Amino acid sequence: MTEGFAELRLDGVSRSFGGHEALADLTLTIRRGEFIALLGPSGCGKSTALNCLAGLLPLTRGGIWLDDRRLDTLPPERRGFGMVFQNYALFPHMSVRGNVAFGLQMRHLSRAEVRRRTDEAIRLVRLEEHAAKLPGQLSGGQQQRVAIARAVVLEPSLVLMDEPLSNLDAKLRLEMRTEIRRLHQSLGLTTVYVTHDQEEALSLADRLVLLRDGRTQQVGTPEELHGRPANWHVADFMGYRNLLRLRAATVTGAEAGVEGDGLRLTGTPVGVIQPGDPVVAAVRPEDVRIAEGAGVPATVEVVEYHGREVAVEARTAEGVRLYLRDAAATRPAPGDKVQFTVDPARLLVFPAST
Amino acid sequence: MRHSTALRHRLAERGIDRQLLLLVPAAAFVVLLFVYPFLYGVGLSFQPERGGPFSAYREFFADAYQRDTILTTLRLALPAALLNVVASVPIAYRMRGRFRGKRLLTTLLVVPVTLGTVLTAQGLLNFLGPTGWFNRILPGDPVRLTNNYWGVFFSLVITGFPFAFLLVLSYLSGIDPTLERAAATLGAGSWQRFRRITLPLLAPGLATTFCLTFVLAFSVFPSAVLVGDPAGSTRVISIAAYEEAYVRYDYPMAATIAVIMGAVELLVIAAVLGWRSLLYTGSTAGGKG
Amino acid sequence: MRPRRSIVARPAAWLVWGLVAFFFVNLAGVIGSVVVSSFGTRWFDTWLPEGWTADWYSAAWDEFDLLHVLLVTVEVSALVVGISVLIGVPAAYVLARRSFLGRRVLYLLFLLPILMPPITYGIPLATVLYKYGFAGHLSGVVLANLVPSVPFVILTMTPFIEQIDPAIERAARMCGARTRHVFLRILAPLLVPGILAASILVLVRTVGMFELTFLTAGPDSQTLVVALYYSMSAAGIRAQQSVDAMAVIYTSMMLVLVVVALRFVNPTQLVARVKEDVD
Repeated sequence: MTEGFAELRLDGVSRSFGGHEALADLTLTIRRGEFIALLGPSGCGKSTALNCLAGLLPLTRGGIWLDDRRLDTLPPERRGFGMVFQNYALFPHMSVRGNVAFGLQMRHLSRAEVRRRTDEAIRLVRLEEHAAKLPGQLSGGQQQRVAIARAVVLEPSLVLMDEPLSNLDAKLRLEMRTEIRRLHQSLGLTTVYVTHDQEEALSLADRLVLLRDGRTQQVGTPEELHGRPANWHVADFMGYRNLLRLRAATVTGAEAGVEGDGLRLTGTPVGVIQPGDPVVAAVRPEDVRIAEGAGVPATVEVVEYHGREVAVEARTAEGVRLYLRDAAATRPAPGDKVQFTVDPARLLVFPAST
Repeated sequence: MRHSTALRHRLAERGIDRQLLLLVPAAAFVVLLFVYPFLYGVGLSFQPERGGPFSAYREFFADAYQRDTILTTLRLALPAALLNVVASVPIAYRMRGRFRGKRLLTTLLVVPVTLGTVLTAQGLLNFLGPTGWFNRILPGDPVRLTNNYWGVFFSLVITGFPFAFLLVLSYLSGIDPTLERAAATLGAGSWQRFRRITLPLLAPGLATTFCLTFVLAFSVFPSAVLVGDPAGSTRVISIAAYEEAYVRYDYPMAATIAVIMGAVELLVIAAVLGWRSLLYTGSTAGGKG
Repeated sequence: MRPRRSIVARPAAWLVWGLVAFFFVNLAGVIGSVVVSSFGTRWFDTWLPEGWTADWYSAAWDEFDLLHVLLVTVEVSALVVGISVLIGVPAAYVLARRSFLGRRVLYLLFLLPILMPPITYGIPLATVLYKYGFAGHLSGVVLANLVPSVPFVILTMTPFIEQIDPAIERAARMCGARTRHVFLRILAPLLVPGILAASILVLVRTVGMFELTFLTAGPDSQTLVVALYYSMSAAGIRAQQSVDAMAVIYTSMMLVLVVVALRFVNPTQLVARVKEDVD
């Protein structure tokens, strides 16, 4: 329907429900073939954004453009998008084949064409033996494959995925993640993928959009969001588990000294910080190191075994709780006295106000 | 174009679109055939053939023969509805869960729904009558159980009980059985489990069931004529309304009685639902669905 | 851990089953006496009639013009079921799927005709129908019977539609299906069991609805219940037994309907649809 477009443009897309803004001013340009992940905690507006894009929810402000064709005034069935739903939403009264063929039949394609493309899509998701079964007879992973086949069989200009892996168990989730990646690479379909799992988003997407309270916090590549969060909310969501509320002492170009609660650390400022400002210093557990001799003293409280590594929760004398990782071989135990250090390049210092 | 988009955005925020048009036939239908006639009836009741706008109401309440029909109706409907609901609870409680023959038993309990007023009336007259089987089994002088209060009462139980039972049973089946098992692991005995867990969750359903059974019993008409004593002890309010409309052709008076009848019934229902709103009425499933 | 629950366990259980048995024994007596009487010749102050005959049935058939009455009953019920499903299901769909201003008011409005005794609105309704020339004919009877039937369809279908995952319709739209196709290809097949259940319940209600039909029917548009009522209240003229025969015909008809209905509706799941424990 929309072969060969160049870009999809979201221009100030907003949706409010009786005064409450669930999504505010989402502006984003998606290039053809790109894999975009909308990321954020539950209630952040990511599903609202997806439904607005799909046309299942009318906008209350803004517009959606495919090159210079306006899409947001069209009903969902005329936008030519495909969608994979969280609980799959397979038609329970139709076989796998019927589900996949449905969209093609809606386009009044010839019987032979419908058959050919349906078979192809079923082969793509490796469900040939199950083509005649009803959705109720399939496992969760198989249902998921049907849902994906149904969405991609139309070769849509955009595929929308609404937390498609959240109902699967851990092992299957990893498998399907690879499967989605493989499909995206082989078909080159432009994809918008909604998830609350940062690991999933980082591993799948070309670019990520992080939302919080309906507002865009940061748009960027996985590397950018992982290594350079724009504010401490983003850092919090991206796995910076240690968020220390401190005060800036010294700021010298690329380094900021922060202190408070008996701690005195050096980090990298992100944004404008003046000495004396309240700040949030963020660091990932894996960037906190246990060091012999030097560093901040703390007492080990909880140790979780994670295979090669252990996750350690420790507490300083002033009661600051810290999360860190250590090699399992060192076998720290609750009650142990340890000392830790933080690499200044890995400790990000954000203004506390944002 | 710009204008229409702005309008579209405003409507979207209020959740209005073309799909709501599907409601129009049903809404128009209820307005034309229920609201309009009802209001017409109310209007009619304020335009009696003689006297001021309220004289029909005054006449109804001044005449003991008419006024007492309210009490007569309530005296029949309230105990009958209460008995139907109260008797349903232990039976339904025994029958929750699965056992062999449950389907047969529920089917048997639905049979009275098929009887209709006339067969019930005929049957009660034959069975409970002075020479019927019931009085033959019973030693001593025949007990008079038809053409009086009891005949109507029994007919209300026969038609109302299965209905109440099915509703109570379906409310009970909606309560997650794991809740009772959880209570058992906490040391609650069977009576405590019923009293502290099941009954509170069932209570709103019982209130609804009572209302629906009461509505059935309150509108009693044919059986009050056929097995009752329509001129005396079972002269219920619907008989009074019917007589005004179809025997004396006093439509304003008939409309007045209909309005009074509706008001009394809604008062009882409002009282029960008011009580119900004080209860816990949320989900009866334990944890996530 | 959980022992298999037996239905007869303790004295309380015996009491409950005793009550049920008592109810059924008397019910059997009530029904039995009518059936026996309808087949009996002369029955006066004895356990059983003097002899047996099926004449009362043919007598009732001719005397009350039952063929005509049955035809009217079928015609009225079919029209009421068809129209109330056509009007009610779309409304139930919107009520189940959408929240909008005035939804609760509308819901209450649909609830009222079921909550009010038929006589209260039946009398003014009959007056209005007579005013516009509908009453006394089949059309008036159908219109009057629709008043509780349409809301009944709406109230039974709304929870049924609510339990169908709305994402399924959205998925169909995302596949490019227009509203018409969403209804025909996706919703209709999923709604069939619910519509069947609602239709049969409406059918049973309409065949059994006395008051509204009684108030609006003319001599040519009586359904079976109303004809029965007239025959019984004018019993002096006719033999008791032919009224009994007619009542038996009515009940057999209803019984067939209800047994059919129970094949489609599990009566215990009218309110809540919770899966019963399988173990």
